[in-house]
Amino acid sequence: MFSKRSHIFRKIAIAGPGLVLLVFAGISFFQSRHLKEPVVLGPAVSEVKRLSDYFPGIGGTVNDSFVYVLQGEKPGGTFLLLGGTHPEEPAARLAAWVFVENARMEQGRIFVILSANRSATTVTRLGGGYPPDYTIPTSWGGQKFRMGDRWSNPLDQWPDPEVYIHYPSRQELAYMDIRNLNRTWPGRKNGTLTEKTCFAMTELIRKENVDIVFDLHEAELQYPVISTIVAHEKGQDLAAMASMMISGTEGFDIGMENSPYALRGLSHREIGDHTNAISLLLETPEPFLDATRGRTDRALLLDGKDKFIMKAGAHGLLFERMDENGWPIDVRVGRHCSSVLQIAELWTEENPDRGVILADVPHYLEIIDKGTGAYLHDPLKAESHRIRYE
Amino acid sequence: MIITVLYYLLIGIIAFLMACNFVRSKKWQEEVLYIIVLLPFLLRLLRLK
Repeated sequence: MFSKRSHIFRKIAIAGPGLVLLVFAGISFFQSRHLKEPVVLGPAVSEVKRLSDYFPGIGGTVNDSFVYVLQGEKPGGTFLLLGGTHPEEPAARLAAWVFVENARMEQGRIFVILSANRSATTVTRLGGGYPPDYTIPTSWGGQKFRMGDRWSNPLDQWPDPEVYIHYPSRQELAYMDIRNLNRTWPGRKNGTLTEKTCFAMTELIRKENVDIVFDLHEAELQYPVISTIVAHEKGQDLAAMASMMISGTEGFDIGMENSPYALRGLSHREIGDHTNAISLLLETPEPFLDATRGRTDRALLLDGKDKFIMKAGAHGLLFERMDENGWPIDVRVGRHCSSVLQIAELWTEENPDRGVILADVPHYLEIIDKGTGAYLHDPLKAESHRIRYE
Repeated sequence: MIITVLYYLLIGIIAFLMACNFVRSKKWQEEVLYIIVLLPFLLRLLRLK
């Protein structure tokens, strides 16, 4: 009798801490998935659409993301700016955020999607020990953002196949890349959530007659495609000219690479092939993603400083410099903002009728000087109808 | 969608079997192991992770 009772007590003593862990972990995961990120609509935002306006099949899903329409006073060309293709690359989302909250449009239109793969913003890399969120300091206290992952949340798309067969090329890709938004272009209307998301954006590009698509990214320093503009052949001249102009005038170097024909599913390849738009993919360095990093915390995410990656650099294992200054988030956001602004300027010079002219978006040196937070606006001071939550 | 539902059923069955093993087990080391392994299955079933 005594033995049986002690047996039950022991099981309760073991199951109890497990239950506590389950509850605390569950609350943390739930809060992270449902953290609301305010967006204060800037002066140029005339309308906020959804992806389901272009493809109803995405309606009611987590990926029915907002599409912010920045409308110019004069007619002109049309750009699409994608942040959050890979939400574990925060400078991409933040740069797009700076455009939505600050831009003033004189000519043309810019469509901005802050969470191209919103599902991937609701989870961090499984087993990666990522922080669930990060805060950008501002004069009004700071704005918290969800840290995301490279792939859609398995809660929204699961299971993965043994091998992912890309549509329509039928190229065989890694199994988990069926949840990678930058491997599922141009999308499929009866496909997985990630494929449907790409299809919706392809429909947007076609219906809105988009001239240039900017897909903003970050890359680990051990990856050769870094600090560069990857361009579809339709945009090679523009990207090459932009690379020279940026390197000569903005205070940082950026290269230019051709989109490979053989690697399918990427935005810089498929958007250019399947629509009339020029597709450009921009990369900045993000030490947080490097496999040889040390502690994976918010400091590394925002400061980009890591002695282990520096050591890898000393051994010649990196494709970008790495020193004690690291790669702070303001540097990375500034690079994206300046790159887009320079490309817009060059495009407008060559295509005045399809020009896109904008103002009040800060350049690289301004963002380094004042910080990204200086360009994020306090939602408490904004009119309620000028706020959206990502 | 059908495959997703089948996978959730599979997770439910495995979680149930692990819970049964936990109850039947006589060794505390095994009981700890069953609880640790059970957690991610429950988090997926509850659609939390």
